Amino acid sequence: MKKKPEKRRIHWLTFLPLLIFLALFLFGVNVQEPQRVLEQAWNICLDCIGIG
Amino acid sequence: MESIRKLIQVIATFLTNSYFLFPQTKNIYQGPLKIICSPGLNCYSCPASTTSCPIGAIQQLLLGVRFSFETGSYYFGSYVVGSIGLIGTLSGRITCAWLCPFGLIQELLYKIPFGKKRQIPYFFRYGKYFMLIVFVFLFPLLLTNDWGMGKPWFCKYVCPAGTLEAGIPMLLLQPDLRATLGILFYNKLFWMILFLGWSVVTSRPFCKTTCPLGAFYGILNKISFIKLELVEDNCTKCGACAKVCPMGIQFNEVAGSPECIMCMRCMNEACQFAAIQVTLGGFPLTANQRLPGKEKPLIPE
Repeated sequence: MKKKPEKRRIHWLTFLPLLIFLALFLFGVNVQEPQRVLEQAWNICLDCIGIG
Repeated sequence: MESIRKLIQVIATFLTNSYFLFPQTKNIYQGPLKIICSPGLNCYSCPASTTSCPIGAIQQLLLGVRFSFETGSYYFGSYVVGSIGLIGTLSGRITCAWLCPFGLIQELLYKIPFGKKRQIPYFFRYGKYFMLIVFVFLFPLLLTNDWGMGKPWFCKYVCPAGTLEAGIPMLLLQPDLRATLGILFYNKLFWMILFLGWSVVTSRPFCKTTCPLGAFYGILNKISFIKLELVEDNCTKCGACAKVCPMGIQFNEVAGSPECIMCMRCMNEACQFAAIQVTLGGFPLTANQRLPGKEKPLIPE
């Protein structure tokens, strides 16, 4: 007898972490955090690379 | 498949380090692309870097979180954690194998034929979680000076990628900086030499023991949309997958392990029984022609 292929379903809980990270991302964008990241990345952090 | 992966690694390294005007400007790239967090570990103080390092950015935001709150801003790393969290939830640790520039450097070093290749004791692998929790989150947030400012502990005291990609190039570009060298630099140089030397005899030692970004993605490996899954009915437990794994894991015993970087060598180079498959949201993406008991792919008659 042929084995019936197993039916696969995506559980809604799979989407929970995705939604949490998406919410965090959007919150960050809303409070202008990307602009702050940009300002930080424009400067060389000498301390961070072991100089100074 | 392995050559495609290598090509993608090179392209990703090139794209995240494609500011070639730095020999003229003697400075880092200061354009708008730096708003994007690089998916892999790539120091943003590297003169050629076009994107931000998520690990560096998180520490910078956390060390100034008190100041940020006092001034009415709410910068606590949500954008950065959200960015890498989305990458991790979609694809787990796939970035480590396919997109990370420092992963590529380690892989190239491992190709050097030097001495006996060695494994790392499993216990060492917990080091990366310690780095993520303590050096990236807790220390920058909690250990502050009189002005309430912390330090970027991981970047400042450990990160070998920062020394290799930014520290040494900046010293070459700006000779005046050499006067400021001290114990801090020599400590970082020690870590860099240790990991680069270790990479010659052990596959990806930094990824296995120290990388906080790999630890973060690894936690999400089990729940990510893209996954490598074991087809238990097809697995003969022959152990061929363990022999080619750059992370030293036996896939059939620890499918979904946080150590798996999804390079897919086990699936493409080792398994003859179609026991490993790529899935997207639980649905198989690969249509492997091999069947249990067959050593080679079936040829249609």
